[in-house]
Amino acid sequence: MAQTLYDKLMSAHVVREEATTSLIYIDRQLIHEVTSPQAFEGLEMAGRKPWRLAASIAVPDHNVPTTERSSGVAGIEDPISKLQIETLDKNCDTFGINEIQMNDIRQGIVHVVGPEQGATLPGMSIVCGDSHTSTHGALGALAFGIGTSEVEHVLATGCLWQAKSKNMKIEVNGDLHDYVSAKDIALYVIGQIGTAGGTGFAIEFAGTTIQNLSIEGRMTLCNMAIEAGARVGMVAVDDKTLEYVKGRPMAPTGDNWDKAVAYWNTLHSDEDAEFDQVITINAQDIKPQVTWGTSPEMVIAVNGVTPDPDQESDSVKAESIKNALSYINLTANTPINTVAIDKVFIGSCTNSRIEDMRVAANVLKGKKIANNIKLALAVPGSGLIKAQAEKEGLDKIFTDAGFEWREAGCSMCLAMNADKLEPGERCASTSNRNFEGRQGQGSFTHLVSPAIAAASAVAGHFSEVK
Amino acid sequence: MEKFTTLTSIATPLDRANVDTDAIIPKQFLKSIKRSGFGPNLFDEWRYEDHGEVGMDNAKRPLNKDFVLNKPEYQGAQILLARENFGCGSSREHAPWALEDYGFKAIIAPSFADIFYNNCFKNGILPIVQSNEVMDELFAFKGELTIDLDAQSIRANNKDYSFDVDAERKRRLMNGLDDIGLTLQYADDIKAFEKQYFNTYPWL
Repeated sequence: MAQTLYDKLMSAHVVREEATTSLIYIDRQLIHEVTSPQAFEGLEMAGRKPWRLAASIAVPDHNVPTTERSSGVAGIEDPISKLQIETLDKNCDTFGINEIQMNDIRQGIVHVVGPEQGATLPGMSIVCGDSHTSTHGALGALAFGIGTSEVEHVLATGCLWQAKSKNMKIEVNGDLHDYVSAKDIALYVIGQIGTAGGTGFAIEFAGTTIQNLSIEGRMTLCNMAIEAGARVGMVAVDDKTLEYVKGRPMAPTGDNWDKAVAYWNTLHSDEDAEFDQVITINAQDIKPQVTWGTSPEMVIAVNGVTPDPDQESDSVKAESIKNALSYINLTANTPINTVAIDKVFIGSCTNSRIEDMRVAANVLKGKKIANNIKLALAVPGSGLIKAQAEKEGLDKIFTDAGFEWREAGCSMCLAMNADKLEPGERCASTSNRNFEGRQGQGSFTHLVSPAIAAASAVAGHFSEVK
Repeated sequence: MEKFTTLTSIATPLDRANVDTDAIIPKQFLKSIKRSGFGPNLFDEWRYEDHGEVGMDNAKRPLNKDFVLNKPEYQGAQILLARENFGCGSSREHAPWALEDYGFKAIIAPSFADIFYNNCFKNGILPIVQSNEVMDELFAFKGELTIDLDAQSIRANNKDYSFDVDAERKRRLMNGLDDIGLTLQYADDIKAFEKQYFNTYPWL
């Protein structure tokens, strides 16, 4: 029977099948400091050991400072952040788990580090106590976020109980306009299907536009599948995938590489595979996107206007629009490109890879950020990306333009470290969530691509690349 | 984990769609390395007038009197009524920990985000899906509701509403069973699987 990519990935991992759920084998567990301490504590209390040490790799990312950190974990000012990172170090040490520590050059955001190190491979089942684990599906892996109880379950048993999701295909065809990126595709899709549109589904992104995206672009897209409600986002394996994986530190070599490639080349949906839902999008319809509200589905084109709740017939939706406009301090029918911003954030597991840094630097080259911008941050996704960008001179372009060039981490995406917005501040952010208070209590987040973030930094308000 | 069989309680009506886990428990409280104590910071930004931080004496903080959790008539409620896509966003299990610590044992909504829905069952919370029409009736009803998990029914306003729940999840919730202990019963199956699996995929 013809199978989808998701069907193939699931069936390869089934240890045991029950009526509505299956016990599936987990190849890779990624661990960070925020959602793991209670899982390790649970293991310890029950006297259990990790099932398979080689499955796990840990890295601190959510809490790490992005400012100078030569004094190490001991130098972290916030005592609670410090304790959480120390706890991760201690737990990895106690249980024998491979950890990339804070001051290792390979340290970075877990969803950047995994693929970069070859810890993420096509065909793998990958979990992490973080919803943006969907990112890894860009390499043809089955990857999804789990809660802390499940983190403990995977540590203890090497497996996880999973009900099968339905299959959704989102097919995007055609050429993208200039400065329209994977981020704009993601936001556009969420605007079309809503933040619950993918609930219960695994999404496969397909079509010529997706084939033409780089692997990094595909990661940006799969990263935001969860913002459409889908735990899993995937792209089929192709030559770009193989080229990306080859030579990574944890990638197979020699005979094993050939065997792996033979298998990985089967990781695509069969031609006549049936999907429960198919959505088709014309790439030409996608303009650079900006969110206007407090949910990623509240999104418009950069030359669009904020919606009017009085024009919305559904009363729950009208109420949501009203609440969101009120929170974010904008009125209905405002052209978004007239809205001034206070801060700019380029980073996060969505948009902190080398291509993101290159695109932003290209827009900023020879320009300065506007006078009204209080702070503009460029936060690379890993120490290795930072080093690469510096080799290319991108750091100089950022700092010459007035940006701060920081150390790797989650930073202002969720503001668990010192990088945050003050109440009433408005930010153009390349992250993934614009929820109330996400980047700091009472602050306003607008999600954009790296190109739009850079152009808006120069203009002082939301702007297309000029 | 505590067993869930029947529950009789008034319900707190949270009349908002797309309530995300950042709203349920803001990030500054995620720095705890413990599983308990999140209840006082449930819906922190909506619940208090000031900005909440770890270590504050929550009993002394100014309450937002308009927020439904603070209304006198809903004190002691163990059931939460919500709207579409409840629990969307971050996978943080701190969200159900906070709900549970506050005292909620069941949440009734037209839809839930997948990860949050899963996380509820791991913490003895029963998430129940009802249609928008039923939700409107429940939001309008002010008295006590009785949830009977075995019968899969909600009794409210002299009416019975039935609900679906996966049989295995129901069994575990009703018996308060530990997932890991149950899975480890299949340790031999897992080992047998690994043997053939690593033969087939030797690079892993």
